[in-house]
Amino acid sequence: MSKTGVQNTAQTGAGRVLSPNQRAWVQFRRNPVAAASAIFLMVVLALVLVWPLFGSPAFMRLLPKAMTWSPNALSDSQFSSPGAEHWFGTDVHGRDLLSRVLYGARISLLVGAVGAVVSLVIGVLWGAIAGYVGGTWDNAMMRIVDVLYSLPSIVFVIVLISTLEVYFKDWVSRLFGPASGGAVRMLLLFAGLGAVSWLTMARIVRGQVLSMRARAFVDAGRALGASHARILLKHVLPNVSGVVIVYLTLTVPSVILYESFLSFLGLGIQPPQASLGYLIADGAANLNAIRVYWWLIVFPGTALAATLLALNFLGDGLRDALDPRESRG
Amino acid sequence: MYFLKRVALMIPLMLVISFFAFGLLHLAPGGPFDKERAPASPEIDRALKAKYFLDEPVWKQYLIYLGFFPRKTPGLLQGDFGPSLKYRDHTVNDIISQALPVSMTLGVLAFCFALGVGIPAGFYTAARKGRWQDFAGGFLVLLVICVPALIVGPILVLIFGIEFRWFPVALWESPLHAVLPTVTLGLYFAGRIARLMREGMLTTLHAEFITTARAKGLSETAVLIRHAFRLAVLPVVSYSGPLLADLLTGSFVVESIFQLPGIGVFLVNGLFNRDYTMVVGLVVVYSFLLLVLNLIVDLAYLLLDPRIKYE
Repeated sequence: MSKTGVQNTAQTGAGRVLSPNQRAWVQFRRNPVAAASAIFLMVVLALVLVWPLFGSPAFMRLLPKAMTWSPNALSDSQFSSPGAEHWFGTDVHGRDLLSRVLYGARISLLVGAVGAVVSLVIGVLWGAIAGYVGGTWDNAMMRIVDVLYSLPSIVFVIVLISTLEVYFKDWVSRLFGPASGGAVRMLLLFAGLGAVSWLTMARIVRGQVLSMRARAFVDAGRALGASHARILLKHVLPNVSGVVIVYLTLTVPSVILYESFLSFLGLGIQPPQASLGYLIADGAANLNAIRVYWWLIVFPGTALAATLLALNFLGDGLRDALDPRESRG
Repeated sequence: MYFLKRVALMIPLMLVISFFAFGLLHLAPGGPFDKERAPASPEIDRALKAKYFLDEPVWKQYLIYLGFFPRKTPGLLQGDFGPSLKYRDHTVNDIISQALPVSMTLGVLAFCFALGVGIPAGFYTAARKGRWQDFAGGFLVLLVICVPALIVGPILVLIFGIEFRWFPVALWESPLHAVLPTVTLGLYFAGRIARLMREGMLTTLHAEFITTARAKGLSETAVLIRHAFRLAVLPVVSYSGPLLADLLTGSFVVESIFQLPGIGVFLVNGLFNRDYTMVVGLVVVYSFLLLVLNLIVDLAYLLLDPRIKYE
């Protein structure tokens, strides 16, 4: 890794001009922490996606038994401590904790990713329109963002989710059958968390678009007869994409954190589904002074903390590489 | 003038917030009396609903809640949040006046903890930039930032409450009870503040007036404390607004871990019970606190940095 880094510097030194994206890539690879985080996240993602296959008969013969438990299989061995049979131990219903942590990580990552995409769509559209149109509209739209910033957004998500859920559940189960009821909570979480996480994105995109709008290529585009939508989508937004990617990476951990927070309070993911936050809440509920089931907190907690840490490192690394304003030499 | 405008803007804002909270809650199916132990006869049910005006259309209920009619009953505009629909011997004002001090105390303690730990930590690591203290501090700060309260809390309970038995693990009685919740809530913010403080110090130390101060022959301590600190602390001040907001909402989890009788617990229970007046009241109180805190922070900013002027 360090070798390629040296080579690239040598090439830049020799006068080969790199595009901004290439330069960002070189800088990103020179940051070992961010690169390690990216690799860690890819491993987690692969593990989380491949894991359900391990329960199939073909894999069961090849793998150690501890890797083949199903996250929802109940057993008589309640609260057994970590060992050869169950690497992470078992919970109150005798379910294997390792498989539950992976299952929870899957849901947490899914909620984080979808919530971040929802916030991306709203934030970029809001910010781009405000920045591009400018004037009174810009003023009004940004004032709304300011006001929303000053409100306890998580309180509103809680109110939103717990009130709309029953309403939607009825409606969805009439449309798609009773089995779809559990998905409603997930959809509401996606929407709700996305809806409160777009504010920073909108502010940043608006600032960037505002400065792009004054550039000559926008005037050139308009002189050539391009429509506003075309200028915005084809010329302005691609130039903002670097910053957007950075803040998207940083939104994912904050949405995951929000979700685990809601699940902890009993307002997020509902059993039998489980997210990392739900597992931690479960572990906290089983805390008592007589027998200490430390594994119920430590393993899901470590998984959540490691994921958040890696996502934050990745986001910081990308910001150093892609965001021109934050470049630190 | 600017601040008068801000204060004037708060009133319609609070009305809008209360309206949304009210409307959203009433949109949800189920009512506050669905979970009564014995199913009431239709007459009793009707009488109960009529007592709390739940048989009126929602817009009228909202006006009643605000206190427009009937004439004699005070409403939100007079500062009365009405009776709780679940704890029927208490008014929402009672419950808020009992629960708010708990949440506020916790919030203030955590705020002091975060500032008290974060500012010196950031200051120290900046002064020792590039040495091992800086790296060790930086690592700790990152760890603290990335491990959320819902992990820190149970682990602190596990270690200091159950293993060593130094501190009680739940409830809110003696000062000792406050230690673990305060640390749980404040730790993350201490990390954020340490980071801000360090960056603030490093930027400030590049400024020209610092070079001047050094050239005058001031000692390094005097340069750092008397000259750099005052400007470097500004980012921390501007972060205090969002910080207080996050402390308020962050206290939800902490209250739930440690079973503290704060407003977070009442809000969540109120939502489960469809206790309309309670939820709307608490949402209004929360939002009001936030708006006021933001205003105070802006004022503090004005006092600290003479270069800033609001239109």
